[in-house]
Amino acid sequence: MTIRLFPLFGGALALSLLPTGCSTVAEYSTMAGQAAGVITAEQAQSINRSAVAAEKTFQDITPEQEYYIGRSVAATVLATYKPYDGAALNQYLTVLGQTLAQVSDKPETFGGYHFLVMETDEINAFAAPGGLILVSRGLLRCCRSEDALAAVLAHEIGHVQSQHGLRAIKKGRLTSALTVFAVEAGKNLGGESLAEVTKAFEGSITDVTSTLMNSGYARALENEADAAAVQILTRAGYDPRALVDMLGEMKARLAADTRGFGKTHPSPDDRIQHVSGLIGEQPVAAAPAARRQRFDAMLGLIR
Amino acid sequence: MIKRDVVFLCALGLAGSLLAETMRVQVQSGQVRGTPSFLGQVVTTLPYGQAVETTGAQGPWVQVRAADGQAGWMHSSALTVKRLAAQSGGAAVSAGASGDELALAGKGFNADVEAQFKAQHADIDFSWVDKMVKMNASPVQIAAFARAGGLKQIGGAQ
Repeated sequence: MTIRLFPLFGGALALSLLPTGCSTVAEYSTMAGQAAGVITAEQAQSINRSAVAAEKTFQDITPEQEYYIGRSVAATVLATYKPYDGAALNQYLTVLGQTLAQVSDKPETFGGYHFLVMETDEINAFAAPGGLILVSRGLLRCCRSEDALAAVLAHEIGHVQSQHGLRAIKKGRLTSALTVFAVEAGKNLGGESLAEVTKAFEGSITDVTSTLMNSGYARALENEADAAAVQILTRAGYDPRALVDMLGEMKARLAADTRGFGKTHPSPDDRIQHVSGLIGEQPVAAAPAARRQRFDAMLGLIR
Repeated sequence: MIKRDVVFLCALGLAGSLLAETMRVQVQSGQVRGTPSFLGQVVTTLPYGQAVETTGAQGPWVQVRAADGQAGWMHSSALTVKRLAAQSGGAAVSAGASGDELALAGKGFNADVEAQFKAQHADIDFSWVDKMVKMNASPVQIAAFARAGGLKQIGGAQ
């Protein structure tokens, strides 16, 4: 939560809201949140507690390090799932995904958001740290509209902006690597130091990749990504109810497929219930013909 | 040490609307735009870790001035209040780059570490990752995509 507050209250604006006596970055961002009426005092207290507890872990990973972790995580996932080599569909996914990223709370990451289709019928999607997002052909087939596909991508952007992948890294690995960085600051890493850091790096990639591919995130993090998706869809002008439609379609298809998403995500029923509670009553304009046509043309390539 | 600096920042914050603050670029290529919008023309590009003075804000956009005097707008997610970690080894950095600091560009998990990882994992192919990070839509393409699809006007201060 703290991370997501940052972009909203970052910069000069947040500093100008500071009361006296605040002592940590997390504290002033929650104060700004309270001042703006976005969060309650109780929520702020709980956010501060968790931020302090996490300060020596994934938050110590710099954006540049997050970028390199994300590259290796994506490459590792692509060793299992072959990339789909079709420029038109990948470009469509890129334009759609970057459009959504632009209205997220964190439109800019070190290396930006990038999207690629995986050539598998398994229903699955992965968000590597920093913004490398992979979506399977099987999951694309669960989408009956551009709005539904946007919901899938917006959910993954939600995982990226809240740095869920980095939270999977075991603390011991970071402590070891960060100590080497400190001692060797200002120099190029050599010999033993490079070997030690590489070992910590390798372990970090395993931690993140096995969470993405095998164990899945905690339910609370999936809910957080779904909430981010509803927010992103609404800001972009897509119908957030498409997330519910997509989950319904996924439920029907997952009944016959226990791999991928079925293994790593809460049941679609639980997610549908959570998401339905987040969607407002405001009617959303029906998708214009041009939106439906471009989606049908692109998805026609893989059906 | 860190705490004292943060308290100092807090004190500065009291007069935030009057005083310029220092922030740092936390993305690979920090784009400074002429207007507070992704559609604004890029007036200059700043490297990771570069300091800027902030002079105003509008929604999620921050008005900045770079050391060379170039001024414009950056999205707040491209900036951080973290300080740059000390540049050389010694007592001052024995605790490492903490959560309040941005490590020097190229330090830590970097291209060298990635090269070592690749050398030890011949089965992991980075060629598609390299292709992927070059796949982009320009702000103009994004605006056209939004317009054609009947989406909201995307790009500017919300």
